[in-house]
Amino acid sequence: MKYGLQFRDVFAAWEFLLDGLVLTLALSVATMVLGFFLGLACACAKTYGGVRFKRGVTVYIETIRNTPLLVQIFLLYFGLPSLGLRLEGFEAALIALVINLGAYSTEIIRAGLEAIPKSQIEAGQSLGLTPWQIFRYIIVFPALKAMYPALSSQFILLMLATSVVSQISVQDLFHVGSIIQSRTFRDFEVYTVIGGIYLALAFMMRGVFAVIYRQVFAR
Amino acid sequence: MIREFGTGDIVYLVFAARWTLALTALAFTGGACVGLVLAVMRISSLAPLRILASCYIQIVQGTPLLVWLFLFYFGLSIAGLPVNAWTAAAFAYSIYGGAFLGEIWRGALIAVAPTQWEAGASLGLTYVQQMRHIIMPQAVRIATPPTIGFLVQLIKNTSLAATIGFVELTREGQLTSASTYKPFAVYMTVACIYFLICFPLTQWSRRLEERFNVAR
Repeated sequence: MKYGLQFRDVFAAWEFLLDGLVLTLALSVATMVLGFFLGLACACAKTYGGVRFKRGVTVYIETIRNTPLLVQIFLLYFGLPSLGLRLEGFEAALIALVINLGAYSTEIIRAGLEAIPKSQIEAGQSLGLTPWQIFRYIIVFPALKAMYPALSSQFILLMLATSVVSQISVQDLFHVGSIIQSRTFRDFEVYTVIGGIYLALAFMMRGVFAVIYRQVFAR
Repeated sequence: MIREFGTGDIVYLVFAARWTLALTALAFTGGACVGLVLAVMRISSLAPLRILASCYIQIVQGTPLLVWLFLFYFGLSIAGLPVNAWTAAAFAYSIYGGAFLGEIWRGALIAVAPTQWEAGASLGLTYVQQMRHIIMPQAVRIATPPTIGFLVQLIKNTSLAATIGFVELTREGQLTSASTYKPFAVYMTVACIYFLICFPLTQWSRRLEERFNVAR
């Protein structure tokens, strides 16, 4: 028997899909903001901090970057309750994603900070600027510009990776897709639509990042 | 019945890692075939080939791997093929890996100075000969560290195959956790095994990169 594709049942659940989309977006944006600041803190500790800080940050980065995100999420969601700490699905997902993104963005931000020539910092010192003023007026802007391309592609990868949280029943876009699939049995159609929405999101983010770059840095 | 999480379970998990490695090998082989074609298409002088390859990469890099896994898992039956986690994973990882390896290798190919191509042409070598004897040997050196880096990425991403019921390390962890009810110990063990596989590769990639930078 020939199989005919039917998208009607999938689109009928558009409100449900929208809920999932909103959750995916909220999770991605929250992770980007928190993960960026975690990465910034770790990168500063690694670039300007003492030996003990550096070692601690290195252990953190290597541990996270050499284990799968799915296992990290399972560890927080299923593992922590046996130690007496019970997290909601969304909390576990957010914490795992922030810790994960923090590790990846640390290396990117560090490379950006190190791209500032030492002579510029020395110039600031010779003008009598305080360390904070040097950071604020000399380092931040060029460093952000240097790290921007790598960081924005990392953010897009992160948005796509949030689909993994569906595995701990967080009702993100992908999980909504699985629910629609189990109701309608239109599996192929559901995942085509879900894939299309993710693709549109990725292109949208790329567009927004390009506009921000032009507005802020390319002048 | 709930049993204890003991040495036997740890050994069992270590053995389950061989399916993670087997899947990685399969994914890397498939991805390398697709990636090689894409990389050559991307630097081709024919615009349609370049555009086609670039569209493919944009689309695959803009969708989650999980979607590809499920599309193939359910799509196989529509194409009349038996539903099988191995086949679905093989297809999904080849498509996914190809997009990333294609981009990495394209970068390596264009990093070889254009004068090298011209030197080959002036010696009367054909396109294939230039590629085979002059460009490839230099590109391989440039491409090795990021390729190993992506291999680590691939090993970690094989954990997603657990979601379509492929029994590898993560899925075995889920099963062990369900029967022993010791999720923390089980997932810690699983994470350690992944770390022991990935960390040496990460270090190797970094060392190669440093050596390459010194040589340049």
